[in-house]
Amino acid sequence: MPTVAPVDVDGFVVRAGFLKDCAYFATGEGEIVFSGTGEQRSRPHKSGLLAAEPSQDGEALITSGDDGCIHQSAADGSGGLVAERPRKWIDMIACGPSGAVAFASGRTAWVRLADGREKEFAHDRAVGGLAFAPKGLRLAVSHYDGATLWWVGTDGAPVELTWKGAHLGVSFSPDGKYLVTAMQENALHAWRLADSQDMRMTGYPAKVKSFSWSAKGKYLATSGANAAVLWPFSGKTGPMGQTPLQLGVRGDNLVCAVACHPKEEVAALGYQDGMILMCRFEDNAEVLLRRPGNGPVSSMNWDAEGVRLAFGTEAGEAGIVGLQD
Amino acid sequence: MSATQDARTQIPVTVLTGYLGAGKTTLLNRILTENHGQRYAVIVNEFGEVGIDNDLLVESDEEIFEMNNGCICCTVRGDLIRTVQNLMKRKNAFDAIIVETTGVADPAPVAQTFFMDDDVRASAKLDAVVAVVDARHVLQRLEDTEEAEDQVAFADVILINKTDLVSPEELATVEARIRSINPYAVIHHSERCGVDIAKVLDRGAFDLDRILSLDPHFLEHGHHADECGPDCDHDHHDHDHHHDHDHDHGHGHHHHHHEEDPHSVKSISLKAGDLDPNMFFPWINQITQVQGPNILRMKGILAFKDDPQRYVIQGVHMIVEGDHQRDWKTDEARESRLVFIGRDLNWDVLRDSFQACAAQ
Repeated sequence: MPTVAPVDVDGFVVRAGFLKDCAYFATGEGEIVFSGTGEQRSRPHKSGLLAAEPSQDGEALITSGDDGCIHQSAADGSGGLVAERPRKWIDMIACGPSGAVAFASGRTAWVRLADGREKEFAHDRAVGGLAFAPKGLRLAVSHYDGATLWWVGTDGAPVELTWKGAHLGVSFSPDGKYLVTAMQENALHAWRLADSQDMRMTGYPAKVKSFSWSAKGKYLATSGANAAVLWPFSGKTGPMGQTPLQLGVRGDNLVCAVACHPKEEVAALGYQDGMILMCRFEDNAEVLLRRPGNGPVSSMNWDAEGVRLAFGTEAGEAGIVGLQD
Repeated sequence: MSATQDARTQIPVTVLTGYLGAGKTTLLNRILTENHGQRYAVIVNEFGEVGIDNDLLVESDEEIFEMNNGCICCTVRGDLIRTVQNLMKRKNAFDAIIVETTGVADPAPVAQTFFMDDDVRASAKLDAVVAVVDARHVLQRLEDTEEAEDQVAFADVILINKTDLVSPEELATVEARIRSINPYAVIHHSERCGVDIAKVLDRGAFDLDRILSLDPHFLEHGHHADECGPDCDHDHHDHDHHHDHDHDHGHGHHHHHHEEDPHSVKSISLKAGDLDPNMFFPWINQITQVQGPNILRMKGILAFKDDPQRYVIQGVHMIVEGDHQRDWKTDEARESRLVFIGRDLNWDVLRDSFQACAAQ
């Protein structure tokens, strides 16, 4: 039987997840709670916290705030300032290979490399999302009417991918073959990078705000409907002409957060009423992980082994679901 | 996510518009410093030279998103969507939001953001669009720029500021001109934005429930129409004397004569008795679909045949919202009134086609 260990947090959970074995919860009020063998609380930003991403090596949580600062915090509470853009609200972060950190405000994105060098990438329109490619130091920036792929380490010309409309959250498929964006309209867009082939994934009743790649990148699980919608990406043509899987259908509630299990073909689905279900792709078997609470699930992530799930809600509830006794 | 519109949890948003130098920042600072116990999050387009003293101050670069639905007037402010979502991560830090736009900003995408984006709509609701105009310069601005007209046309509350710099006659001319563009806004006069803040905030101008109670001029204009006789449905701000329209009424009915650019903003008050809903809804849908880009604002109170309740309706470009409000009172005349503010609209067609929705 899954168990839920609640964690006391002070507000809207911007991000919940794990640094190695230690769970973290970062809230909009500016607090980070680390819950491992003991509990450690820190407050790196002067006021609100807008975004948080774990570093790729799992050693630190990178956070940004409305104080224009980007901080890193380790699970023991130690940390420091990574970069600063005074008076800017930094609401997007991506963590790349070799300690690279990308962040954005308005129309500009920056990448700070581990050695302290910073590179600036200017765009005509506001940055909608940031993502590093799985291989090579390559950054995707989504924006209005498309996305731009930058080589961070060299001055090579960027690749422009175009599609009309506002592109927000962005993600590479784990094999690096596709770039997917969530749009202002209730739809996803994808480009096959080999030939810039466009793909549209539509039919959502709400905006897609959460997506997660399944083990080995076979499926892309998405929120934005009264079920999790999983698009197959394993075939040669990706989701083209394919019908997506639908998991955890509920008549009266929308899925607002998804987290694919790191090893099995299983996903955790968070709903607007705070309920969390675990669903198996193969047969849609469901296990209740958390009963409905006070607000929509805002963030969920598994630990590396896939035995614990950290979650948080917009209403300031948080906890760790354990699958083992 | 779906828009769960719970008025208790939606944060009220006031939008301040007005030309550079009209006094927006002065009004904003008055709102912020007055001791009213409210905490505001303030969204500005750029940190201006005049400081704004507030804890939660966000700079937001205007970023217009066209929606991919083939409608050119369906635009929203992408930067506002993002800023409102970011603010909602700190819901406990403020009670209301004020958006200060640039002098040349189009108010439509700002307003539409609060209707067209489900996430924003679930967490925030537009309270009112407040325009600050400079009594001394506004007439010139209205001549020169479409933005100034749009701001007046779009406003629910208009603050005619710097009244100490003009004579009472000039002020009357200014007010008449503003009324000719926007017949239903509540107008206040001020020097240095010295207006009772309660007259600017918490207006509920987009609440269907409050459309009537807060728009005294709405009725007043209906009253004017009554004076013209029960069958009169003339345009109060009629400029169609240029057209070869066969008009029954003498031109004495036309309250405001301006030798204006036909492209300028005008308003029309339509009036009828009971309407046939099977005629009216297809009509309003068609009008807003086809003429949406030219319709800036629309408000109405309608009587449908065999319906004991009043129906209230409001719109911004192509977005139309309507709902039943309350029962008609026994001493109340069942009348349908609809006001359009727009440019390049064919007023005669609008009036005639509205009349065709009358219940038989």
